[in-house]
Amino acid sequence: MMKIGVLALQGAFHEHINMLNRLDVEAVEVRLPADLEGLDGLIIPGGESTTIGKLAVIYDLMEPLRQFAAEKAMWGTCAGMIFMAKEIGMDQPLLGVMDIVVERNAFGRQVDSFEVDLDVAGLEGEAPFPAVFIRAPKLVDTLEDTEVISALADGTAVAAKQGNWLVTSFHPELTGDDRLHRMFIEMAAA
Amino acid sequence: MSDANGVNGVNGSSGEVGSFKVKAGLAQMLKGGVIMDVVTPEQAKIAEEAGACAVMALERVPADIRKDGGVARMSDPDMIKGIIEAVSIPVMAKARIGHFVEAQILQEIGADYIDESEVLTPADEEYHIYKHDFKIPFVCGCRNLGEALRRIGEGAAMIRTKGEAGTGDVVHAVWHARTVLSDIRKLQGMPVEEVMTFAKEIGAPFELVMQTRELGRLPVVNFAAGGIATPADAALLMQIGVDGVFVGSGIFKSGDPAKRARAIVEATTHYNNPEILAKVSENLGEAMVGINVSSLPTEEQLSTRGW
Repeated sequence: MMKIGVLALQGAFHEHINMLNRLDVEAVEVRLPADLEGLDGLIIPGGESTTIGKLAVIYDLMEPLRQFAAEKAMWGTCAGMIFMAKEIGMDQPLLGVMDIVVERNAFGRQVDSFEVDLDVAGLEGEAPFPAVFIRAPKLVDTLEDTEVISALADGTAVAAKQGNWLVTSFHPELTGDDRLHRMFIEMAAA
Repeated sequence: MSDANGVNGVNGSSGEVGSFKVKAGLAQMLKGGVIMDVVTPEQAKIAEEAGACAVMALERVPADIRKDGGVARMSDPDMIKGIIEAVSIPVMAKARIGHFVEAQILQEIGADYIDESEVLTPADEEYHIYKHDFKIPFVCGCRNLGEALRRIGEGAAMIRTKGEAGTGDVVHAVWHARTVLSDIRKLQGMPVEEVMTFAKEIGAPFELVMQTRELGRLPVVNFAAGGIATPADAALLMQIGVDGVFVGSGIFKSGDPAKRARAIVEATTHYNNPEILAKVSENLGEAMVGINVSSLPTEEQLSTRGW
């Protein structure tokens, strides 16, 4: 059975775990380096990226997570996307694995948080994806072989793929739509 | 609700702002975290640096409100704006129970969450704010399932059990968290024909009672608050089954706020790991001087405010 970890330092990790369980995947909460053993992929959930980053540093997770990313599939949603980015223009701990430049809170404060239907390249079926943006970051730039797989009507990039890595500005774990989770599970199986 | 809030033209997304999903969604992003009371931008930075997932901006922490007496109101908007400027994490602020104009002001200045809070002096002794009217989310206090579901019915997107703020005594935080959770277990154990009478008895909307029964938890995120002063207190509430914790006076009324703040953050993440809990509990200096809740007359207990 496939085993996917969800970084459980802070944030909406239960929501990802519930989604994975629905898809018959074993989900594991990751808080310490040893929890990464035997996983086929890792999701870094939404939450506060500063909180997640600081706890990852204190509990010596930074190097093990970078090594994990070099070999396995990794998906960052919202704060997770920030954490995986090479550059965000702010001083906070980052894994810095993926060739993306991200801007935090790029749409404004909570009053500007929004829902919108989006087309996502490579997704099963015709229906748009119900995307929930909460104090969300955006992709300012994608470098190297990173492929933008979804953008807002004004062209702002909000999801991308690079090799084994997936990032989304929005929160598929807050919806009933499991297509992005299934896409990630396929990436982890490859 | 979508009609009232309209379509957003501000951020170029063409998306819908202010839906219940994005309001409740922010609370989901705060889960497993610690929300800290701060009274200055400097304290806000210390909280962020320690790993707080959000801060509550206010002029006086509950321990001082209790000590000073008098009417406690919404904080100066300029002071809240200073804290919003100082940190990148979400900033919450308190409005008085029923004071919807204070809430309008907090929404206007860009607060991310409003706490309609019993810690301030109530502005209305019968009615709470109709929270569905706002684009930003509200968190409200509760002591039991009925109170929680009444607030959710009015539009609260997050709940916190009240405890007894400004005391450093965790006993009522435990009592209120346990009461909500045991009310839910009782609800789940009863045959469906008993649910309407149960809803009537606890004074809660039937549909929300049914939803809670199906989910086996509150329909929104539920934090604990009121009297949490140590890493062990935070882990205790997490093990009892809340989604995260508010720490009010407990941090900046203690001897070494930065260290205690970080320790409480770590304890909230590793709440099930006694080895880590033991380590982070060491050498934290003086905890806040507490007040035994049992020595407080009922009329001085803030948690009795709310209807």
